[in-house]
Amino acid sequence: MPNDRFDIAIVGAGPAGMSAAIAASRHGASVVVLDEQRGPGGQIYRAITSAPARRRDMLGPDYAAGQPLAESFRACGARHITDAAVWQVTPEGAVHYLHQGATSTLQADRIVLCSGAMERPFPIPGWTLPGVLTAGAAQILLKSADVVPTEPVVLAGCGPLLYLLGWQYVRAGVPIRALVDTTSMQDYRRALPHLGGALAGWRYLKKGLALMRVLKRAGVPFHTGAQDLAAEGSDAVTALSFTVGGQQHRIATSTLLLHHGVVPNTQFTWSLRADHHWDDAQLCWQPDADAWGALSIPGISVAGDGLGIGGALAAALQGELSALGALHSLGRITMTERDRLAAPLQSELRRQLRIRPFLDALYRPKKANRVPADDVIVCRCEEVTAGAIRQFVELGCHGPNQAKAFGRCGMGPCQGRQCGLTVSELIADARGVSPAEVGYFRIRPPIKPISLGELAGPA
Amino acid sequence: MNTSDLIVIGGGLVGTALAYGAARGGAQVIVLDEGDDAFRASRGNFGLVWVQGKGFGMAPYARWTLRSATRWPELAAALAEETGIDVQLRQPGGFHFCFSEEEMHSRQERMQRICDDLGGEYCYEMLDHAALAAKLPGIGPDVAGASHTPMDGHVNPLKLLRALHTACQLRGVRLHGGHRTSRITRTAEGYEVEAGDQRFRAARVVLAAGLGNRELAAQVGLHAPVQPNRGQVLVSERVSKFLDHPTTYVRQTDEGTVQLGDSMEDVGLDDGTTADVLSTIARRGVRSFPALQSLRLVRAWGALRVMTPDGYPIYQESTQCPGAFVVTCHSGVTLAANHVFSIAPWIAGGDPPAGIQVFTGDRFLDPNQTFHHAH
Amino acid sequence: MVSFTFDGNPLKAPAGCTVAAALLAGGVSTFRTTPVSGMPRAPYCMMGACFDCLVEIDGVPNRQSCLITVETGMQVRTQRGLRSLAAQDRETQHAK
Repeated sequence: MPNDRFDIAIVGAGPAGMSAAIAASRHGASVVVLDEQRGPGGQIYRAITSAPARRRDMLGPDYAAGQPLAESFRACGARHITDAAVWQVTPEGAVHYLHQGATSTLQADRIVLCSGAMERPFPIPGWTLPGVLTAGAAQILLKSADVVPTEPVVLAGCGPLLYLLGWQYVRAGVPIRALVDTTSMQDYRRALPHLGGALAGWRYLKKGLALMRVLKRAGVPFHTGAQDLAAEGSDAVTALSFTVGGQQHRIATSTLLLHHGVVPNTQFTWSLRADHHWDDAQLCWQPDADAWGALSIPGISVAGDGLGIGGALAAALQGELSALGALHSLGRITMTERDRLAAPLQSELRRQLRIRPFLDALYRPKKANRVPADDVIVCRCEEVTAGAIRQFVELGCHGPNQAKAFGRCGMGPCQGRQCGLTVSELIADARGVSPAEVGYFRIRPPIKPISLGELAGPA
Repeated sequence: MNTSDLIVIGGGLVGTALAYGAARGGAQVIVLDEGDDAFRASRGNFGLVWVQGKGFGMAPYARWTLRSATRWPELAAALAEETGIDVQLRQPGGFHFCFSEEEMHSRQERMQRICDDLGGEYCYEMLDHAALAAKLPGIGPDVAGASHTPMDGHVNPLKLLRALHTACQLRGVRLHGGHRTSRITRTAEGYEVEAGDQRFRAARVVLAAGLGNRELAAQVGLHAPVQPNRGQVLVSERVSKFLDHPTTYVRQTDEGTVQLGDSMEDVGLDDGTTADVLSTIARRGVRSFPALQSLRLVRAWGALRVMTPDGYPIYQESTQCPGAFVVTCHSGVTLAANHVFSIAPWIAGGDPPAGIQVFTGDRFLDPNQTFHHAH
Repeated sequence: MVSFTFDGNPLKAPAGCTVAAALLAGGVSTFRTTPVSGMPRAPYCMMGACFDCLVEIDGVPNRQSCLITVETGMQVRTQRGLRSLAAQDRETQHAK
């Protein structure tokens, strides 16, 4: 039974969710924010409110920038339900969540989904071995628990987050045995035209190069243009093998950190059956949304990386814009007021997003690391290989849902988070069509695991 | 080549069973199937090979069902041999739980009536709580008892679908996915079917398109007034074996997951799930086996049954368009054996099987009858 | 610091960190073996999205250790394959 009603419910307390809550509360709306963590921050600003100064400093200024935002959020008056796992959001505005071992429901006139992004799956041979984690996982360990590898690590893949982690590790004194970069000269050549004359672009590039310089000065061995990545080992990872220019390399390690980008977390938007489109620049699905983040489902909007990868600062701006959109649609501010407040935000957002085409081109994840060879596990939960999925296509499966029915890929507890993109791209590749034509898994609640007893309710 | 002896419209459990059966008889078959996002009742079912309780007041359906269950081992063996896929048929007998004495009483009446109509072919027993607990340890105190028959069983419905697809492929059936049928026209040699952007020709055509049959049937002088009826199901994480027997609302699959159903809702073409129905299903599951309460859900889904006004199948050859057939049912798993061994040969040109004369679509045209679909 | 056990072995971790972080810091390599094939798994994403960090905590199986804060006295165990239905099963097994 709905036991609470709000003007605006926000799912996720990362930069988008916090900004949306601040803006909506400022204009007098009743706001609730639900988040899985105990403290605000999402993943990018994870544990920001409990981080000691030393750790904040080590993680760098981009992380520290989350603190003033988190403080404003705490002061803004929005109700913040922590340790809450939202398992269903309905088009009618119901938010079902699990909290302290029981299900609850609240009702909202407007819902803003700020579930952010997740690591892009990185299906290479051996990626399921213990000791192989994502760069995001390593950052979470660092941010939430000061846990770092004790043995030398290998970082592999591409993208700003990978280099940032390396930089943070250097500052934390973690030995890095190698940074194996899949980026090649060809990627730079393809990306440079996108840099344009925008000052923000050059500033970003300078920042990135400075970061790299720190890594190089610390003596981190770099390998660029890496291909044929494979994690070796039987019960745990023991080495990363790869080739550069045809030459085989093998680097021993018991901790391998993989990363080749983040992608929008689209579990809620798919479960709502909102319209999505395939974005070929970012190689991911994005929900169709207007300038206010409003989806094809009335009353529900998305802000932040869930729309498309733009980073924390863009997410905060989108959060604020989504709140303005919601406030206007609720009749709390006029259209003129909305547009007046939005103008500087939109202009700043455009500025923040100007670097994206360059980054998307430069760090475009390699096809071999997205559409793997036959013997690589694609669905981690059900252990379905790429080869098995290709066989289903030959049997007549046109899309992921038929493949799921035939082989169980996507039926495990992760609900396709680790395999969905790979399955879409693999089927598209096997059929010779775009992923847009293939579609995605049918995603259904519960979006987070809930027990039968919890669902059944009190006896 | 877009020509064959038989065109099967619909690549689900019904369509592929018919195609497989026809191919076994030597026919050249083309199957036309919609895209990945079609409603596909085949993907949304419980996997029961279920006899008890069916055909109450409709003895031919009870007999038809019993016949299919009896021939199911033959189907499972044929599929295993031809494709290497074990569809995990188990027929250990099944239980229908009753949660009150009143339910026990009406269940017994139902079962006895069917038993009487079939003149003894049908055996069942009513078990009180104690007797049930002896057979199913872990049964909850709320369960008053159950009806049990040795005839019931279950299968892995997704493996069945894959096995049928594979068997079809191995026998040269041409399956065209992503080809939604729009139009069927009569030709000198038989029929031309427009699907996707192509045309296909055959002497015979069978409509096995589920909800799509309604519109297509009219094109060949048949009447198939099917409506969607939603059922929601919960699927849990894998758990070590605790339940061998299928029951109407709870079964444990060969993979170890526990499936809980179900509902019967008239909500049109909406295969979504709703928190209140899922909650009801969870409650009934926990009442049935209290130990289930700690089990975590991995997913829930809704699927649309293809429901005729009285809930019974339609098997009919068009008199207006000889060689055109319609086949529809909402028990595509249970009836799969009949579809392969009895219906398919008829559609491919043989004699109609015994016992299906009553299952015409025309029965729904009688203005003096009202219909109510039994489950 | 918080004291807890993993497969009966004592470990310590700073208060407030997740069970997964505590286990990784304690040098644990395998968290679970899969029900499908028995292959060893350990955390991959640390944010509740991969379900590879499942362990048994205080008799309750298949818990996502990256989402649970470690507490004093917690008994954490490797999640071996399929869970059993009743949490009590493990306790009765140990009593024998």
